[in-house]
Amino acid sequence: MTTTVVAPDSKADRQRAAQMSDRSRAEQRLGQRLVLPAIVVMLVVTAFPMLRAIYLSTFQYSLTDPDDRRFLGVQNYVTALTDSLFWETTLNTVFIMIVTVAFELVIGFVFAMVMHRIIFARGVIRTSILIPYGIITVVSGFAWQFAFSNSNGFINEWLPFVQDSFNWFGQYGSAIAAIMVSEIWKTTPFMSLLLLAGLAQVSEDMIEAAKVDGATWWQRLWKVILPNMRSAIMVAVLFRALDAYRIFDNIFVMTAGAQNTESVSFLTYRQVIEQFQLGIGSALSVLLFISVLLIAFLIVKIFRVDLAAARQES
Amino acid sequence: MSLKNRVGVVIGALLILVWCLLPVAWIISLSFKSQEAITTGSPGFLPSEGGAAGWQNYVDVINDDQFRRAIFNSIGISLIATLFSVIIATLAAYAIARLEFRGKRFVLTTALVIAMFPVVALVGPLFDMWRTFGIYDTWLGLIIPYISFTLPLAIWTLSAFFREIPWEMEQAAQVDGATSWQAFRKVIVPLAAPGVFTAAILTFFFAWNDFVFGISLTSTEAARPIPAALSFFVGQDPFNRPASLLAAGAVVSTVPIIVIVLLFQRKIVAGLTSGAVKG
Repeated sequence: MTTTVVAPDSKADRQRAAQMSDRSRAEQRLGQRLVLPAIVVMLVVTAFPMLRAIYLSTFQYSLTDPDDRRFLGVQNYVTALTDSLFWETTLNTVFIMIVTVAFELVIGFVFAMVMHRIIFARGVIRTSILIPYGIITVVSGFAWQFAFSNSNGFINEWLPFVQDSFNWFGQYGSAIAAIMVSEIWKTTPFMSLLLLAGLAQVSEDMIEAAKVDGATWWQRLWKVILPNMRSAIMVAVLFRALDAYRIFDNIFVMTAGAQNTESVSFLTYRQVIEQFQLGIGSALSVLLFISVLLIAFLIVKIFRVDLAAARQES
Repeated sequence: MSLKNRVGVVIGALLILVWCLLPVAWIISLSFKSQEAITTGSPGFLPSEGGAAGWQNYVDVINDDQFRRAIFNSIGISLIATLFSVIIATLAAYAIARLEFRGKRFVLTTALVIAMFPVVALVGPLFDMWRTFGIYDTWLGLIIPYISFTLPLAIWTLSAFFREIPWEMEQAAQVDGATSWQAFRKVIVPLAAPGVFTAAILTFFFAWNDFVFGISLTSTEAARPIPAALSFFVGQDPFNRPASLLAAGAVVSTVPIIVIVLLFQRKIVAGLTSGAVKG
């Protein structure tokens, strides 16, 4: 681990160490000591279980039949990757991720523009926008599930083009739409707060200058405002996309995976906790983690987000 | 601002309010519908005439042992996890904002990876490990993962705050004759306190909201937190949940969050955005 003081091994290192004053060495030690508890706690609960997941994923291991534990090698991965269920849930999760993030970005931006320009009732608006963020996802899942219910909800009654008896949870399309509505409702505020922070960093002078030069509102938006908040948008998209890929609570509450609305997280949970299949479940866990890393990598590459710069770290 | 813009902002503000508050109003309205009305079907936003239950659902929820126990678990577990997470994060954030040391990048990278970690991926091995260690279905079994998963946000929020503190003031106080401990306590602590407080609120929100660990690392009411308890609150017929009762439970579990939001709205916004954007 990098947190322990490593003995200088190369000649250059030794020279540098010799040059290093007592003071800066003390600073090194203090710094490392202060971050040590954080590193330990983070690694104990993630790195170690993850390694264990990799180990378990090579076994046929079911908690209902622990004596029949056999080494399988990569067989669990082959089983998962050749099963159409895995690909269906992956596609489903990617679909949910893309649609919800797209909606959140647009709605969140409109909200951020309003909050940026508003002069009255700022406190009220800011307080209300934090309410969806603070509410338990399970509660918002229930609220929307009951709202869409045909026996006790109000949505069918309010929507003129939907029959009052329409069962939203009866087929894939409308069930997944209801899940996405709940997800979008809950997380758009977070997106809009991040975008608001980005918007605050765009200089008013530049917008004014563009206005003087005769740029229309639309041109100012596309040529001045959006390019200048690029890194804020990218960070917001990255964080929300990774978060949306892990979707679990809403699906659990609203459909429990019925009508093929399962996500990868839900499939993994079901294998491990409901069916006690630790072997294949662990393989799914590893695949889930790899796909999250892959998405992060892709977004960072495609949008060329410099996370270090965005976070002002070097 | 032109008239057109002003009208746009007003309409936008109304839209935001409806967006944020309509589902909340709906769940409150649902919690006042009587259970008989719900069983026979009671479509519509407000309780129908004769279909209102008054406070009955709330009385039933408060008198429910399992629900009371879940509230108690959630408050206890979230507060303990928040306390430890904030202490550990404060040490780390202070070091990151103030000191030069090898391994700084490693801390930040680890925090970043954990922030995007799919928690479900850990449920299997943790379930297995916690059973071996005997902390499955205990407070400790939830507190430990909550601390780990709230650390990244707490470290970022705090290091962003700490970076804004003019540290020279501490030296200035020492020059004026204060001991270094006095300088730290009288000058730095008051400046850092709002940041620490904000990190604590955000950490508390995370722990209060968690569902995945709550359902997979508990099996009885010994440690089951509210979100898990609500989701297992099914009643006799799984296809006909006691919606109004559940809604009352949902409202009760939301009250602490609303109170925190009302009191500390400014700080929460600052913490969320500095943690995520500025960093």
